[in-house]
Amino acid sequence: MRFVLKTNYGRDIDIFKHKAHASWYILLVAALLLAPLVLDVFYEKQLTELFIWAIAGAGLMLLVGYSGLVSLGHVAFMALGAYIHAILYARGWPLFLSIPSSALITGGIGVLIGAASLRMTGIYLAIATLAFAMIVEKVIAHWPALTGGHSGFRVDDPAVFGFSLDSSTAYYYTCLTVLLLVFFGVINLLRSPTGRSFIAVRDSEISAQAMGVNLLKTKTLAFALSAGLTGLAGALYAHRIGFLFPDAFTIMTSIMLLMLVVVGGLGSLHGVVFGAFFITTVPQVIAVMRDWLPKGIAQSGGLEPLVFGGVLILFLMYEPLGIYGRWVKIRLFFSQFPLYRKKTFLRQKSYLKTERVH
Amino acid sequence: MLEAASVSVSFGGVHAVQDLSFRISEGEIFSIMGPNGAGKTTVFNAISRFYDVDSGKIFFEDEEITNVAPHVIARRGIARTFQNVELFDHETVLQNLLIAQHTRRKTLLLAEVLFLPKVRKQELDFRRKAEDIIDLLHLQSYRDTTVDSLPFGIRKIVEVGRALCLNPKLLLLDEPSSGLNPEESEDLSFWIEDINEDLGITIVMVEHDMNLIGQVSNRVLVMADGRHIVTGTPAEVQSHPDVIDAYIGT
Repeated sequence: MRFVLKTNYGRDIDIFKHKAHASWYILLVAALLLAPLVLDVFYEKQLTELFIWAIAGAGLMLLVGYSGLVSLGHVAFMALGAYIHAILYARGWPLFLSIPSSALITGGIGVLIGAASLRMTGIYLAIATLAFAMIVEKVIAHWPALTGGHSGFRVDDPAVFGFSLDSSTAYYYTCLTVLLLVFFGVINLLRSPTGRSFIAVRDSEISAQAMGVNLLKTKTLAFALSAGLTGLAGALYAHRIGFLFPDAFTIMTSIMLLMLVVVGGLGSLHGVVFGAFFITTVPQVIAVMRDWLPKGIAQSGGLEPLVFGGVLILFLMYEPLGIYGRWVKIRLFFSQFPLYRKKTFLRQKSYLKTERVH
Repeated sequence: MLEAASVSVSFGGVHAVQDLSFRISEGEIFSIMGPNGAGKTTVFNAISRFYDVDSGKIFFEDEEITNVAPHVIARRGIARTFQNVELFDHETVLQNLLIAQHTRRKTLLLAEVLFLPKVRKQELDFRRKAEDIIDLLHLQSYRDTTVDSLPFGIRKIVEVGRALCLNPKLLLLDEPSSGLNPEESEDLSFWIEDINEDLGITIVMVEHDMNLIGQVSNRVLVMADGRHIVTGTPAEVQSHPDVIDAYIGT
C-alpha cells in the first residue's frame, strides 16, 4: 500500500498523484516513442489504428461515460471528419489547417444535431442519432460531385511543408502526437468545472439544475466536443485507409465505438485505451483463429460480430466497469495482498431511481 | 425576501397547492408542515422552478422568479436539498461539493482545456470553500468516499453541504431529518442554527419532526390539502384547533 502525504490542495488537482505514478506514464510514452525502432510495419500500422480509435473513443467516452448520453450515430461524425478533411486537403489546404478545421466543422454539426436531439434521452436519443448516421451515409453516397459517391474519394498523401508523412513511421508519430494532445485536453476538461458539469448531468439531472447547470447547454456542449473529437479521429483515419467510400462508415463502426467505451470501462480514460486495444486486437486474433477453426465456421462472415457480441454480453454481465474495472481490482489485489477482500467492490444496493421529482 | 402570492399548482385534476401566500423575511428559519400530500414539497418544487405554477407569483428579493429557468434559480441565490437525496452518486463527497460551485465558474472552455493558471487558481478557491463546508459539517473522514457507499444519514448531511457550497442566500431543506437517527437529528438542529446565525442564510424547511421545528424555527406554516391553514410560532401552531383538526381529523 502506498500512502501519499498531501501538503497542499494542488496535489489533488495535479494529473499525477505521486512521482511513481508519473514515471509509469513517462515510461509508457517513451516506449511508444521508441516502438517504431523495433516494430515492423504491420505492428506500427496496428498501433496507429489504435491511436485513431482511442481519439474517437475519448470523444465518445465524454458523451457516454461522462455525460450519460448514448449515441449510435458517431460513425457519421467520423465519416464527416474524414470527408471534410479529404475534400479540404484536396483543394490545397495545408494538413495542419484542414485537420483541425474538419474537427471544428464536425463539432459545429454536433451542436446542431445535439441541440435538436438532446431533448431526448436513453434509447430515443440512440435512435435519433442512428437516423442521423443513416442520413449522412446516404448523403455521402448520393453527392458524387463532392464526395465521389460510391466510386470513392482518393485521399492525397499526408504532407506538411513538403515533408511527407506518408511513411507508416511518420504517420505513427503524427497520430501519437494528436492522441497525446487530445488526452491532455480531455483530462484538463474533466478536472475543471465543465467536466464536472457533465458528470452532474450524468448522475442526476434534477440536482444538476438545482446546482445552476444549464442542462441543454451542457449536453449540447458534451455532444459537440464528442462529435469534434470523433471527427478529428475520422480525419486521421482518412489517411490511414487512403481511399474513402460510403461503405467504410457503416453502423457497425458506431457499434464498435460503443463497444470500445463499454468494454474498455465507462467513465475512465484508461478505459478508452483498453477499449481501443480491444477493438484493434480482436479482429487480428480472429484472423489467426480462422486457421485453426473448422472451415465452415472460419469462413463464415458472422464470426467477427459473433465474437464481439459475445464478449460484450460477458462484460455487461460480469464486469460492467469493463477492462479498466477489472484492472483496478487486480491492482488492488496485489497492493493489499494478502488482505484483499472480494466484497470491497460490492456496492450497497441503492434506491430505485425514478423519474419523479422529489 | 421570499414571497409567494396566491400560488396554485395543479396536476390535471389534482390541486396540489391552492391559493397559497406567504412572506419570509431575511434571517428567518421558516418551517412548512402538514400531513402527507399537503403539497409541501410541491411548494419547494415551484420555488425551484421544477414545476410551473398555474396562477400566482413568486418573488425573491423583490424580483419575480415565477418564469425564470430552473438553473437560474441557483444563480439568484436559492439552494435546496431533496427529500430522498439527489447526490451525484458515482462521485466522491469532495467532487459533489466542487460540482456545487458551478455558478461561480468564471473560466472559459478553452482555458479549461489548456488548464491555464487561472483555472488552477479557481480550482484552489473552490477547494477551499469545499473544505470550509467539510469542516463545518464534520465530513472530513468521508471526503474521498464515493457517495453511493455512504450511509443514508451521512448522505443527507452531504446534501446540505452541497447546497451550502452554492453560497446561497436562501436554503430550502426538504425533510432534512427524515431517515436520521435521534443523535443525527440533534446534530442537524445545531447545524441549522449555525448555518442561519453564522452564515446568515435564511432557511425554509419542510419538516415533520415537531421537536426539530420547535427547536429551530421562528415561524411555522401549516398546510393541508394544498391550502394554507395557519402561520405562527411553533407554540401557537401546535395548539391551534385547525391544525389538530388537519392531523387527526374530526
